[in-house]
Amino acid sequence: MNAMAGIPEGDPGIGTAPAPAPPGDHAADSFFDPVEMARAREALGREIGAFIGSMVLFDLAEFHVRKGRDGYRWAGEAWFGGDVNRLLIKTEGEGAFGEPIENLEIQSLYSRAIMPFWNAHVGLRHDIAPNPSQTYAVVGVEGIAPYWFHLTGQMFLSDKGDIRARLEGSYDERITQRLIFQPRAELNFSAQDMPAIGVGSGLTDFELGARLRYEIRREFAPYVGVEWSRKAGDTARLARFAGEDPDVVSFAAGLRVWF
Amino acid sequence: MVRLAVNNTLNEETSIHWHGLLVPFQMDGVPGVSFPGIKAGQTFVYEFPVRQSGTYWYHSHSGMQEALGMYGAIVIDPAAPDPVVYDREHVIMLADWSFMHPHTQLRKLKAQPGYFNMQKQTFSGLLDGKDQSASERRMWAKMRMDPTDISDVTGATYHFLVNGHDSAANWTGLFAPGERVRLRIINAAAMTNFNVRIPGLAMTVVAADGQNVQPVETDEFQIGIAETYDVIVEPRSDEAYGFIAEAIDRSGQVRATLAPRLGMVAPIPAIRERPLLSMKDMGMGDMSAPGADASVADHAAMGHAMPGVDHGSMKMRDPAVAPQVKLGPGVATLSPMPMDRTGERPTGLEKVDHRVLTYRDLKSLTPNPDKRTPSREIDIHLTANMERYMWSFDGEKFSENTEPIPFRHMERVRVNLINDTMMPHPIHLHGHFFELVTGNAGHHPLKHTVNVLPGGKVSFDLTADELGDWAFHCHMLLHMMSGMFRVVTVRHEEDAA
Repeated sequence: MNAMAGIPEGDPGIGTAPAPAPPGDHAADSFFDPVEMARAREALGREIGAFIGSMVLFDLAEFHVRKGRDGYRWAGEAWFGGDVNRLLIKTEGEGAFGEPIENLEIQSLYSRAIMPFWNAHVGLRHDIAPNPSQTYAVVGVEGIAPYWFHLTGQMFLSDKGDIRARLEGSYDERITQRLIFQPRAELNFSAQDMPAIGVGSGLTDFELGARLRYEIRREFAPYVGVEWSRKAGDTARLARFAGEDPDVVSFAAGLRVWF
Repeated sequence: MVRLAVNNTLNEETSIHWHGLLVPFQMDGVPGVSFPGIKAGQTFVYEFPVRQSGTYWYHSHSGMQEALGMYGAIVIDPAAPDPVVYDREHVIMLADWSFMHPHTQLRKLKAQPGYFNMQKQTFSGLLDGKDQSASERRMWAKMRMDPTDISDVTGATYHFLVNGHDSAANWTGLFAPGERVRLRIINAAAMTNFNVRIPGLAMTVVAADGQNVQPVETDEFQIGIAETYDVIVEPRSDEAYGFIAEAIDRSGQVRATLAPRLGMVAPIPAIRERPLLSMKDMGMGDMSAPGADASVADHAAMGHAMPGVDHGSMKMRDPAVAPQVKLGPGVATLSPMPMDRTGERPTGLEKVDHRVLTYRDLKSLTPNPDKRTPSREIDIHLTANMERYMWSFDGEKFSENTEPIPFRHMERVRVNLINDTMMPHPIHLHGHFFELVTGNAGHHPLKHTVNVLPGGKVSFDLTADELGDWAFHCHMLLHMMSGMFRVVTVRHEEDAA
């Protein structure tokens, strides 16, 4: 029995010969049709690692019960592509039943994995509502921060030169294997007044919510929750002028679904 | 010399790889490396001399066919008298079967890496005092690591099988009391390492990966995917014994039976508690104190100094510890202090109160033929980002780097496999047996597949004596399909370009 008990590292006897140069040919080409082998090699190189896939997620799809007219809200995203480069579509919207839709936003983004836990993205955001519609260039990051916080930060530059920003965060607390408590927060900012769409400069609005979902399957989870949404500063003032309550508490019931 | 005509009646391409058989490389059956594959409706004739004996197996090397059941056992009797004496033998093939197609499994894991893990730590568990303490949980959460991430695909979707039978179907192998029974155990699972035991019976390991070892008695062993172990058991009484293969994450198990007559059963033990990974599994060295904090790690416990590692604040992704690794989004961590764990009990068996086999218990029966000291050594890092379900060697998927790992014919090389992930990886080199460096110099066990423990390091000495191009990969099927794969070339020096 070796006294070193098999600790292989630092074995002084091992030589330092250089590695040979990798061969420029393929051994199987001498036994099989090189054209067929080239096809098989190409297929293998594609199959082993070049994953292409997709995910469509409705993170929020919910019904809101609140003072005044009840409402609805959704927030979802879909990605298509590989491990690093993806087409990312995001959409969110909300409104009250019996009224024109309040917000309807779609983003089309190129997303790239830049660090182990972070993706950066660039693209376009188009707001169909509120009226008049707006189009923005988008740059953002999305990922998982230490302690498993899921964070998204985005900057928006409109075709009229207006700058806005959004920060979102959520956290999944696993009560049991299937019952998950999720606090979430969203903050929106504007660099300037945008009176046509009821936006004042500074912090425009924030939402604090908490949802409790039950994952019947990973892909299918009904939930209930509560959300406090509040407009701030001049945005709140503009809302009051328009006869809206800038401070709304909603009880939510919805479905988190992905496929 | 055998000649095997494989007629592909599928409507897709296929292949057969003879796992552990020393065949000419063009008969090794890896499409795109050794041959073009077998197209639908075609027949390929494999022809090779049989140069060895022992327990091996075969499986498809095309797509995900292996996970769909395209595998079988190979037993070759020795031409000379067998050094292992036995009265009867049974082949025991372990497998994991899911009704979910492995391509779908892969897509689910890319979308949600914990998709199949139904044994995570929970808040209710914390209140019950289970698993880690709150402060340990915070520390792991800070590093974005999950100590319950032991298997990717689990009993949440898998049915674990012995020779195609689940526990209820109860595959039964017969014996007469007093006989020496040889069990040829093959792990043909796609994604499951198993803990194997037969409560009430000691097992004497006589071969590993088809190669004879000096008999060593044990009560339990972990079998990595694609490994084989031959054990002798000697049931003396007229009763049934349960053969228990338990998934290492304890998400399920399968029972078969050894009995003197059909229809008998032994009690099925309750499935044991799911283990938790430790700091050692992060490659942080031996932090023996439970709950040791990375930032206050005991310097004394870390062994000798390692360049680039600041012991005071151990970094989990310091490029200096692995300069050859391409650090992209697919590499979440690098083990700062990877340890030789071949003498350690594997994950989940650290504290069981009976004997557990380790690689260091394995000593080849006959002396290793090539006594040369390796003329060089190479490191190969097993790298991953579990959150993205990306797996690679040295930070690059095969799809990103098809450059081979070159060897000169007959050169002897020390290969160090360094596991920078928190999962064990059964690494398989085609066409060769390598000598696992376990300290039993001259009697290192010969293996075709070695399970590298999380955060660990395994060294093997290879005599590159088989010319040609060979596949080299992690035998976790979804890891291989995600990119943990390379081609190894063995050429005469003068042939090198």
